[in-house]
Amino acid sequence: MGDTRNPLVLVVEDYQDAREMYAAYLQFSGYRVAEAANGLEALDKTRELMPDIILMDLALPKMDGWEATRRLKADEQTRHIPIVALTGHALAGHAEGARQAGCDAFVTKPCLPDALVTEIERMLSARRSETSGSRRGTRTQGKTKQT
Amino acid sequence: MSVVTNTPLLSSAGVHSPEARLALAEALLAATDLQSFARQALDWLAYHAGVDQTLVAVADPASPNLLLIADHGIPSQVLADFVIRRDEATHPIVRAMDRAEGTYFAAAASRETPLAGIGFHAFPLRQDGDAASLGLLIAVASSPEVHPDVLWVARQLSRQPGRLMARPGLAESGFGQERMLLYSIINAVTDPILLTDTEGKLIIANTHAEKLFAAPEDASEGWRRAVALNNMLFSAALSTSAVTQTDLARRELLLVDPLEGSDLLFELLSSRAKDERQGTYVVSILRNITDLARAREEIEESYRTLRLAQAEVRDERHRLDLIIDSVADPILVTDPEGDIVLMNEPAERLFNVPVTASEAAQRNVRANGANLTSFVSNVLTRTGEQRYRGEIQLTDPSSGRALPVEALAGTILSEQGELVWVVTILHDLTEALEKEVLYERLKHASAELERKVQEATAELAQQNELLRRQHIELEQASALKSQFLANISHEFRTPLNAILGYTHMLLHGVTGAISEPQRKSLTRIDSNSRHLLALINDILDITRIEAGRMPLNLTRFRVTDLVDEVMSELEPIIRRSNLAVTTKTRSLPMVKTDRQKVKQVVLNLLSNALKFTPSGSVTIATTVDGKAGMVGIIVRDTGVGIPEESQSKIFEDFRQLDNSPTRGYGGTGLGLSICRRLAQMLGGSIELTSRLGEGSVFTLRLPVRPRRR
Repeated sequence: MGDTRNPLVLVVEDYQDAREMYAAYLQFSGYRVAEAANGLEALDKTRELMPDIILMDLALPKMDGWEATRRLKADEQTRHIPIVALTGHALAGHAEGARQAGCDAFVTKPCLPDALVTEIERMLSARRSETSGSRRGTRTQGKTKQT
Repeated sequence: MSVVTNTPLLSSAGVHSPEARLALAEALLAATDLQSFARQALDWLAYHAGVDQTLVAVADPASPNLLLIADHGIPSQVLADFVIRRDEATHPIVRAMDRAEGTYFAAAASRETPLAGIGFHAFPLRQDGDAASLGLLIAVASSPEVHPDVLWVARQLSRQPGRLMARPGLAESGFGQERMLLYSIINAVTDPILLTDTEGKLIIANTHAEKLFAAPEDASEGWRRAVALNNMLFSAALSTSAVTQTDLARRELLLVDPLEGSDLLFELLSSRAKDERQGTYVVSILRNITDLARAREEIEESYRTLRLAQAEVRDERHRLDLIIDSVADPILVTDPEGDIVLMNEPAERLFNVPVTASEAAQRNVRANGANLTSFVSNVLTRTGEQRYRGEIQLTDPSSGRALPVEALAGTILSEQGELVWVVTILHDLTEALEKEVLYERLKHASAELERKVQEATAELAQQNELLRRQHIELEQASALKSQFLANISHEFRTPLNAILGYTHMLLHGVTGAISEPQRKSLTRIDSNSRHLLALINDILDITRIEAGRMPLNLTRFRVTDLVDEVMSELEPIIRRSNLAVTTKTRSLPMVKTDRQKVKQVVLNLLSNALKFTPSGSVTIATTVDGKAGMVGIIVRDTGVGIPEESQSKIFEDFRQLDNSPTRGYGGTGLGLSICRRLAQMLGGSIELTSRLGEGSVFTLRLPVRPRRR
């Protein structure tokens, strides 16, 4: 817990209760967590903290999740960071829009905390195998979650 | 003055047989009158000497003129002109008579004689020693040469006149003159008259007869032949005629006009004339009846035509009667007084009833007659109009029924222009009037109908417009509703997300250990939240399907794989259920459809089967209909079953059989409704057969390939 070597998750969510809930559960699950309440903040925090993964709500004030994703994916510095989109609108187009914006995965709200953690774990392990032996060499001991 | 030359005498006497002269001399001696004497002499000349145109004229003391007493072959016109006074000393003939010798008149020199244009000899007849000539013999001759027989006969004649003329009665008779007169009369008659002997030998002919029976010397061959033919026909007619038996015979004789060549039909009247002295003659009068015959033929033809015409008129009249009687409309002919002179059978029924008919019928007939008379009198006042049309109210005498008729009258005028008859034809208008009434009603009804149709059409159009507007409004409302539901379900989910998340964290001890009663309560919160989430998700699904915003993701996959997947996902539930759950899948073709949605349906069907089957078995089977290109996934259970009356309702939204708040089965009640919508989206269907208490069979049918819909 709180181990600096644990992966850092940036939770971007404007709804405070949800944001803090996810943050609490992620910390409970062994991740380091940073929070952002809108797109602009998400950009700042990302450049500042360089998280291992970003959990991005799409409907955000100031700058929405799509725009923020596009900018992060356009930036050489932040391009490699996987972004999991968190969408409440399961209506047609949202998932596609998220993918076009550059999201690597997406989960539909409501999403139980453990389901979210499972998805993050999946993304990170996939990224680890891709970049094994990378300069960062950040390793997290896999936290196997039950279904 | 004519040129007169002395006749040179021929000394060729003795050429003719002395016997012939002797015979003549004897005959002459026996002659009792000068006339027959002269005639015999001339006949003899013609016969023996061939001198056949001769005449003898004598000076009669009782007459100032020379008398013709005999002639042979001289044209009658010449005879008729032979009027010469004895004392006209300068006349060439008189002068020739007074000469001692014969005189020859050349044709050129005979102009002043009756024989103008003919050459002839004229021999004075005088007794030897006599100074005065008794008469003269004229013999036509073309040259001055004289036949010796002519001289001889002239001598014989010269000896006789004195003797014969001395006989009483002769000298003073007007014989010659009468003869001339007779010639004139005969010639004046336009009919050909002939005097012949019984054999048809011509003795005297008038000019008209000569035209038929004699040809001049210069006549054409045709003329001659025609004359010869006429002579032959005439002789034949006489010889075959009854002339010999009866005094007067009448017969028709066809001759030829020598000049025209045309046929001439004559009526031949022949009668015998008996003369004591000269024997029997036949007088024939020919009457030209050519025109008459033609006229008769024409008359006969006219008569025949007339007869035919009469017959035709009779036939026509008969036909007309038949026609008039056959006409169904009454026809009447009235005289100007209005009295009926003729009517056909239909008219009789209206204007004539037997006296035995009822009083009412009689009255009706009288009334009809009065109406007709009034109509006809109207016609009469309209002089100058050939046709008159009117309507009369009649009454059927037998039934008393009113009979409106149209009357059409025509007037018939005599040649003088007087009105003779009025012909009236009556035409029953009852039917026409009824038809008119019916037609009016029909027209009215038709107009009414048309009006109603127009009204209905207008109303329909109005309603259509209203419906169209309502449809648009509904569509808009529906879209708004869908949007609203989509929005609201999203808004629902944000707080629900937090509820579920925190409940989850509490249950997982993220915030520390919890007591057992707390866990129980949190579990209740969790399950109710999940149910709420399921409801919201289902509503969202339905909304998306209805809004047409449910995307289809088509892939190729095996149905059996999908069934296995569903089975494995539901494995924990199956295990808890204690039911015999089996699959009976057979090899199916690959299908191309939305795998996720098919899976959702199969999951739902199988969950339902497990949920509503307390005991027994659940079976998943597959079928294929190659011809229709369909596959089927059948979920069969031995559960509670669905009564027939409810089978269609379970596909409706929010339906469970037990709709009470305390129902024993969970679920949103939207599952089958969504399943059916999804199946329809994929071009398939869901069918249900079920019996209450025995179980249900749900069949999902899907096309192997997506269909354009």
